Amino acid sequence: MGEDMEEEYEGGIVKKFMFVNRKAPYGTIYALEVLEMVLISAAFDQDVHIAFLDDGIYQIKKGQDTKELGMKNFSPTYRALEGYDIEKLFVERESLEERGLTEDDLLVPVEVISRAEMGALMAGMDVVLTA
Amino acid sequence: MSTLHTVNKSPFERSSLQACLGHAQASDSVLLIEDAVMAALSGTAFAAKLADAGQSIKLFVLGPDLKARGLDPAKVVNGITVIDYDGFVDLAAENSTIHSWL
Amino acid sequence: MAYEVNGKSIEADEEGFLVNINDWNEELAGLVAKDEGIDMTPEHWEVVNFLRDYYAEYQIAPAVRVLTKAIAKKMGPDKGNNKYLYELFPYGPGKQACKIAGLPKPTGCV
Repeated sequence: MGEDMEEEYEGGIVKKFMFVNRKAPYGTIYALEVLEMVLISAAFDQDVHIAFLDDGIYQIKKGQDTKELGMKNFSPTYRALEGYDIEKLFVERESLEERGLTEDDLLVPVEVISRAEMGALMAGMDVVLTA
Repeated sequence: MSTLHTVNKSPFERSSLQACLGHAQASDSVLLIEDAVMAALSGTAFAAKLADAGQSIKLFVLGPDLKARGLDPAKVVNGITVIDYDGFVDLAAENSTIHSWL
Repeated sequence: MAYEVNGKSIEADEEGFLVNINDWNEELAGLVAKDEGIDMTPEHWEVVNFLRDYYAEYQIAPAVRVLTKAIAKKMGPDKGNNKYLYELFPYGPGKQACKIAGLPKPTGCV
């Protein structure tokens, strides 16, 4: 019986997780907290997706410089996600357009999808965490 | 008598900027800080509204908050002045009251 | 707690991780290593310097699994494996090497 349990643990149950970022960085702590949650989730070998919509897309805007704010610039950490095997990053096209931004303004490779496609993607997840 | 209004919430998320612009008087100054600096950029859904407000109200945006978010101070809407922390202090001193639209 | 280097006091948390990464220098690294019971060899320095470069680029201390993979990619499989890294840092490359490198404790490391 003990062996069976171990097998189940080793095999594990893989769920589809999605972390949805809707807030800009630095004004509030949400962006950094979600990023830490994402990094920790990587240890559990789950199927992790990250979505950036609304003001969340400012989290991955190129050229962030927080020196004058005296705060840590955590935007380079999004580029480390690949090394954590987290490569399913989605950005909502409408959110980019509303803010006058394009895919070229982003510091990591992402898949740009429509709001309708984002909704459908969310609907297919086992767990969705939004902040 | 004049007022310095500060707004620190994203216009995409809250209505504070809209409320502020709707209440500010002609001699007042409006300063965008923290997550409100996004409103200052040209090309956003709010650019026209800001350009319009700039006709009667003095508009400012805090440069260090733009830079932190990777937003180019050279790309702000015409009529908005980019200032630093010293400029913030000057504005606070020049106006008789400060109204923070939290 | 705090480390004393050349009469200067350098602040650390209760587990010995530096509070301010900019306080780090090689002399301090040697002192932290001694506290951990580690004699620094060129092989130890190689890992410590790798960690400092990783932090400079990504602003985090990597999880052990990620560190191992990144080292394998850069220095080959002979060094990028658990056995090699745990021989150098018996109490875990995450905890010990990060502490010596002046990095914060890896996110998710308990």
